[in-house]
Amino acid sequence: MAGTFVPPTRFAVPGRIAVSNRAAAVWQRATVVDVRRENAAGTVSSFRLKVPDWQGHLPGQHLMLRLTAPDGYVAQRHYSIASAPDGSGEIELTLDHVPGGEVSGHLHTVARVGDVVEVRGPLSGFFAWPGDRPALLLGAGSGVVPLMSMLRHWRRAGRPVPLRLLVSARTPEDLIYAQEYGDETTVVLTRTEGRLSAAHVAPLLGPAQPEGGWEAYICGSNGFAEHASRLLVAGGQPVDRIRIERFG
Amino acid sequence: MTIEHRTTIEQRRPVEPTRGFTGRARAADRDPRLPPGQYDAADGWPVLSAEVTPELSPAEWTFRVDGLVTSPRTWTWDDAHELPASEYRGDIHCVTSWSKFGVRFGGASLDAFLAAAGPRPEATHVVAYSHTGYTTNLPLADVTGGKAWIVWEYGDGPLPPEHGGPARLIVPHLYFWKSVKWVAGLRLLDHDEPGFWEQNGYHHRGNPWREERYSGD
Ligand SMILES: Cc1cc2nc3c(=O)[nH]c(=O)nc-3n(C[C@H](O)[C@H](O)[C@H](O)COP(=O)(O)OP(=O)(O)OC[C@H]3O[C@@H](n4cnc5c(N)ncnc54)[C@H](O)[C@@H]3O)c2cc1C
Repeated sequence: MAGTFVPPTRFAVPGRIAVSNRAAAVWQRATVVDVRRENAAGTVSSFRLKVPDWQGHLPGQHLMLRLTAPDGYVAQRHYSIASAPDGSGEIELTLDHVPGGEVSGHLHTVARVGDVVEVRGPLSGFFAWPGDRPALLLGAGSGVVPLMSMLRHWRRAGRPVPLRLLVSARTPEDLIYAQEYGDETTVVLTRTEGRLSAAHVAPLLGPAQPEGGWEAYICGSNGFAEHASRLLVAGGQPVDRIRIERFG
Repeated sequence: MTIEHRTTIEQRRPVEPTRGFTGRARAADRDPRLPPGQYDAADGWPVLSAEVTPELSPAEWTFRVDGLVTSPRTWTWDDAHELPASEYRGDIHCVTSWSKFGVRFGGASLDAFLAAAGPRPEATHVVAYSHTGYTTNLPLADVTGGKAWIVWEYGDGPLPPEHGGPARLIVPHLYFWKSVKWVAGLRLLDHDEPGFWEQNGYHHRGNPWREERYSGD
């Protein structure tokens, strides 16, 4: 549109992907077809959902999941999509069992194969990574979920660009997807090694970084997001190339 | 099957209960302050900005009102603090499903800023933007008449940086993505112009009581 207002400071990180408003508006039935434990502690599981009209997603996107009680009470929460886009008509979510959590608690203790829940999405092109630019991924706890979608996508696509993943977990038992990491990944166990630090990110941000630099994606609790984004900025990563998804 | 067709079916189909789901909060004794689809975040206050929290000191913060106004103006931190103090006490609602009850924000009413700049009669909408360049659109009527504030206090203390400090806009009757953090200005327009999340699939208005979350709701 002619004359569209552009603020004097450009938005640090513009969205990359135009999302389908239709997909975001429509609730769809999703059938649980598999449940898999995802860490040794048994607090995190993946739920494979068959969503017949799923229109596809990009790694990093999330959806909204809704549960309905017999009296009409509904609970809805956002969950990142863990699986790579693969056209199978099925997607996977990975949920941390939050103590006392209404939705994660239901899925972990009541839901079983064959159950139907509702989803709408995929939502938000902001955190999406289509696989086109070198990606530096930093995640903690269940914040690794959208990053795993990116990692899986990258592997399926034959590793077209550099990708590095830094995963922070408290202990080996807490670590999600422990079996799936390769030499692109550095795991930081905070209980024994301490927090993610400048020493972890410095070697990736110096002259060693890929041509054109990284597109950085940070996901986790707000505390982790603040800490990790400060480390990257201090290490020289431009703020307009850091995207953050905060789980709250 | 076209998407439009499926949408129609979707809207007609009654929502089936999820097997075994009872819900923690019963619909009957649900807090009347809670809009549909929201839960009470109690003491929590999730942070949901998409960008790095900017390091913006009060001395660097400015707030500008321009566009369709008779006298465009920029306020510094000290200028803004000379306006009559005004506070919001009440609830806030985020599109990601949490609500927070009985919060206090202190600052100045947006009416005080607008009165100084003098909106022209043809102004109908605003684009509010932040020092990071984030934007959101609002009808002028949603930010006038005691419905919006520029705030620098949360509770008894300064507004924390990750929640928009040193100063943010709050428009508490709409979902909180409208309440621009690190607010830098308002431009008054004679038409509606979608901002960052609105271009990314969010609803243009965002009334929590009507559950206007995504475009098409
Ligand atoms: C974009 C986005 C993507 C996300 N992706 C993922 C993901 O991939 N995986 C994942 O695991 N999570 C993800 N989350 C977090 C997820 O949306 C939920 O917040 C999380 O699963 C907790 O929801 P819940 O219903 O289980 O817990 P809730 O019921 O919301 O409870 C959360 C906490 O508050 C406490 N609480 C809340 N209400 C009460 C009450 N009335 N009384 C007592 N205590 C209470 C609970 O005990 C618990 O500690 C994402 C969030 C966002 C915003």
